[in-house]
Formats: sequence, structure tokens, C-alpha cells
Amino acid sequence: MTRHRGRGMASINYPIGMNLGGDPSQALVHSNPSGKFTVALSSIDLGQGMKSVTRQICAETLGVPVEDVYVDTADSDTGPHCMGSFASRGTHRVGNAVMAAAREARGVMMEAAAEELEVNAADLETDGRGNIHVKGAPHRSISTKDVAIAAQFKQGKTISGRGIFLVPLSDVDPETGEMSPATCYAHACLVAEVEVDDETGEIAMVRMDSAYELGRALNPRLVEQQLVGGAWMGVSHALYETPEPYYPDPAHGPRDFVEYLMPGPGDICPHDIAVLERPAPDGPFGAKGPGEMCANPVLPAVANAIFNAVGVRIDDLPITPEKVLRAIKAQGGARPQARR
Amino acid sequence: MSKIPLQFRHNGRDIAIFVDGGTNLLVALRELIGDMTPKFGCGQGGCGTCSVLIDGELHLSCLTLAETVAGRSVETLDGMRQGPNLHPLQRAFADHFAAQCGYCTPGMLMAAKALLDRNPSPSRDEVIEAISGNICRCTGYEPIINAILAAAGGRVSA
Repeated sequence: MTRHRGRGMASINYPIGMNLGGDPSQALVHSNPSGKFTVALSSIDLGQGMKSVTRQICAETLGVPVEDVYVDTADSDTGPHCMGSFASRGTHRVGNAVMAAAREARGVMMEAAAEELEVNAADLETDGRGNIHVKGAPHRSISTKDVAIAAQFKQGKTISGRGIFLVPLSDVDPETGEMSPATCYAHACLVAEVEVDDETGEIAMVRMDSAYELGRALNPRLVEQQLVGGAWMGVSHALYETPEPYYPDPAHGPRDFVEYLMPGPGDICPHDIAVLERPAPDGPFGAKGPGEMCANPVLPAVANAIFNAVGVRIDDLPITPEKVLRAIKAQGGARPQARR
Repeated sequence: MSKIPLQFRHNGRDIAIFVDGGTNLLVALRELIGDMTPKFGCGQGGCGTCSVLIDGELHLSCLTLAETVAGRSVETLDGMRQGPNLHPLQRAFADHFAAQCGYCTPGMLMAAKALLDRNPSPSRDEVIEAISGNICRCTGYEPIINAILAAAGGRVSA
């Protein structure tokens, strides 16, 4: 019995969003008489942090503190339409819609403030702490709360804004097959190191090193959390998860979490991540989206690492000990490849 | 079916309820007492999100017959915060981004509490072993392990 180490690499180019009939999302922003703002969405936050990021985007665009923004989402009865949380589209599509809505609401807020301060709205700026003042004259100031009250009770204005972001359907050129299915792409490169036991076929993750290019990281901690967790899911897809583990008949498929395998806390490995920020021209504050692509490079990198370790090329996921062992047997033993 | 009277301590409070024979503790907690912090994940002991402490020992409430806790003390996540303050483990989970969708979090916290109550300064391997009965789909475990180690080491912002 020998344990063989192997190293594999993969790079990916990942489109943000999808191209099935156009890809829109909408957002509505309005102020409450308290001077706080509500963002109405129907987009779902599954835990990836969309509520936090849209809140940041709205606050930054309005020029108010992030504490003054509340995001009300996940109900299609009360929020405007969203295509959904998939295809790594949340930050990019929904974020852009929120930005557009907040920009419109900011316009009304500045007009209402201008009326109260008896100046031109173009001469006003926000301080990001809940006040609006005349440029170069901070003492000529009004709080966003007082503006909201004046708009509501005196001026009869709604401080609100509508936003939609639509990436239109890209048709396929019948001659060349050319199309533009996405407006921006994220990128990643990942190196996986594994240890393969040539007697049991078992694969242990040794370490991962990766670089992710995902536009501007609007919330670096959320990005990190997504990349760490997503890489684990990539390992899970590469080595563990399948609805039909060994036999084609679904009757033999797993029935519960005891049979549907996923890596446990003892199966993880050190993972060193570098985040590269190259702002996307059409992203909200330059963001693209870490989303699904954090899992994607892990699968080919692990498959390549197994080939590097024992010389077997498995192209059927997940790469179970049984498949590895059968392939090693078929080629008459482990054939470690050159280490690079 | 006749009801069985059942008395036990729930997060330090005496509880008296009637349960059907065969009712499991998870159902008794969620549906009869209204403590929704233990989650129903798989209902067969595979995921750990229903974890509770019975007399300080970690148990899967979905596999525990309610009547077996008679006269015993049951602790759930609902009893973890200390008055208005979060328990150091809860604070550490927040600080370390140890929750995403949050479904595994109650079970993870109870498993972590069971560990720290008997071993206040565990090694990384001991933490890993302690949460090995709990499945997390989102975090990749690393932030959870780090949060528990931070809480154990007192490295938590209060």
C-alpha cells in the first residue's frame, strides 16, 4: 500500500448571470417619515449575503449611513420582480437595480432638501452620516430625517425611486454562432493537492491554493465566506455527492444524509485564497459576483491532481474510491506522474 | 392513544406537558412547548441540527423519546443567551461568519457548548470531532471551527 501525492490545477472563466430570454431584476426604494429607507426586493438571500450587499449599495448611492437602510425581501407579493438567486447574478443584477432605484430616490431627496434650505439642489451634497448640506458650507445643513418629514407632511413628495437592470437576450448569429450571453466574467485559478491510497482508492484533500478575480469585493468578509464555503462544495461535488452512488437504478439511490455523502469537518484541508479585484465597468461599484464559480475550479483541479498522483483519468463524478481503484487495477497499478 | 404526563426542566424552567406515547423530544420541544430553536433536518439522526443537551450531554432530539427526559434537564439554543447578552459562542459565531443559511447553526452551537462545558480549551482536532455529527452545507466548516476555538480561547469581542 502506498499513498501517492498529486497536484492539479484548473482555471475558469465564469459568466455572471444568464441568457434565457433576458435577465432582469427590479428594486424599489422609498423613505419613511423617520428618514430611514426601505429597499423592496423579491430576491432571495439564501445566506450568501444579498441583504447586506444591497443594503450597502443603497446606502452608498443615497449617501446615508448603512444603519438607515432596511432591506425587505424574499416576498414576491410585496417586492418587485426578480429572476432569482442563481447564476451568480445577485450582486450584479440586483445590485444594479438597487443602485438605479436609490439614485432616483436620492434625486427627490436632494430636491426636497433644496426646497427646505432654499438653494439649488445641484449645490447640495450628502455627508454619509445622515445630513445634507450646501457644498463648501456645512453649516447650511439639514438632516435626512427632517427632509423626509418635510417631504411627507409639507411638500407632499414621495422620496422614492424605481430601478431595473436588464441584460437583454443575446441572439445567436445564424452564420457564425456568435453571441454575447453575459456582460462580464469572473475568473479563478485553483491548485489542489491530494493524497491517493492505491490500496483503498481513498482520496484525501491535502491543501488548496486559489486566486479569484471577481470585480470589486463590496463586502470582503462575505466574499471570503463564499469562497471558503464554495470550495468545500466543490470538493463535495468532486469526491462525494451523487444521487445515485454506484448503480444506475434510482431505487438504489441515497435516502438520507447518512447515504448521501458530504465531507465532514474532518475532511477539509487548508485553503489559501487570494482575491483579485478588477472592477467590472457595468457592475454596481465594479462588482461581479463570487457566486457559483467558487465551487467550479475545484472539480477539474481535483481530477487533475488524482491523475498526477496515480495516473488514472476519471471523468465521471464523483470520483469515488471504487472508481479510482478500478481504474488503477485496469492500468495494472498506480502510475505517479511527474510533479510540477 | 392515551396521553402520558411528562415533567422535565427546559432551559432551567419546569415544564409539564402531556405527550402521546412514542412522541420524540424534537416534536415535544417544537410543537408542544414552542421552542423552535432545535431544527428538524433529516429526522433520523443524520444531520445534527436537532441537537440538544440532556443533563449536559449532547443528544439528537429527533431520536430521543420524549418520555425518556422525565425529571431531567434539557438545554436548547433558546436557553443559551445570558439575559440580554449573547453567549460567547454565539458572539464568536457572528464574529467569524460561521453561519450562512443558518439551518445547522443551532445544532453546531449545542455541539460546541457540550464540548466547551467539559473541555474549556480543546485542540482543533477535538473541535472537529465534537462537530462531526453535524452537517453544514454552506460554510465549509472552517469558520465554525475557528469560531469555537476563538470562544474557547476567550478571543471574542464582548
